[in-house]
Amino acid sequence: MSIRTPLAHVRGLGAAKDGTHHWWMQRVTSIALVPLVLWFIISLLAVSQADYDTFRHWLSNPYRAGAMVALLATVFYHASLGMQVIYEDYVRPEGAKFIALLVTQFVLFLLGAISIVAVLKIALA
Amino acid sequence: MSAKQRPLSPFMIGPYYKPQMTSILSITHRATGAGLVVGTLLLVYWLASAAIGPKAYAHAQAVLGSMLGQLFLFLWTWALFYHLANGIRHLFWDAGYGFELEDAAKSGWAVVWSSIILTFLCWLIAAP
Repeated sequence: MSIRTPLAHVRGLGAAKDGTHHWWMQRVTSIALVPLVLWFIISLLAVSQADYDTFRHWLSNPYRAGAMVALLATVFYHASLGMQVIYEDYVRPEGAKFIALLVTQFVLFLLGAISIVAVLKIALA
Repeated sequence: MSAKQRPLSPFMIGPYYKPQMTSILSITHRATGAGLVVGTLLLVYWLASAAIGPKAYAHAQAVLGSMLGQLFLFLWTWALFYHLANGIRHLFWDAGYGFELEDAAKSGWAVVWSSIILTFLCWLIAAP
């Protein structure tokens, strides 16, 4: 006996093969973000009032620049995954959902690229 | 109930569910997540300004240091702590811990208070 519905049987599509990938990556990025965000907050306490030269010098340290790039990449990936779930739950009709998702993911990718290039420019200066 | 008339998410807001602490915290997790995404614009602006030059950086510091900038950063700090604390709560749930109603309520209050206390603590330390 098959547990597939008649419609699923007719369509013959089977499993999507990556059903848990989105869920899993959301967890992986959130676990990574716990130490990264704690580091970021503690760092901001130290440099939020810093002048230009102090801040550039602080960020030019390769350990800090590396942590910052890791944080930014993970943040924007996590943001993209999270916004996708929100749109999937609340935005209708399908066309609006698709456009909102596409625009958001393009913008988040762009923001990630800009901020990472900014960090690298300071780190490699 | 036919498929067409099923309540669509967010059905927790509306006549089907009584608002509860757990559901309020859940929707707040999403709201803070979306808010933090908007807040990343400021982070990108700040980093990009530092990369462009001293004039741009001074301008960014002035914008972020303004009344409106500070208010936004204060709310952003709380949203970050809330999302961080509640995210850890979610990770424990994902691992199968803390599902009893009493535990969920306790961890929920821990999230609320720790996010508020940590926000004020940060701003006390960072105050010039």
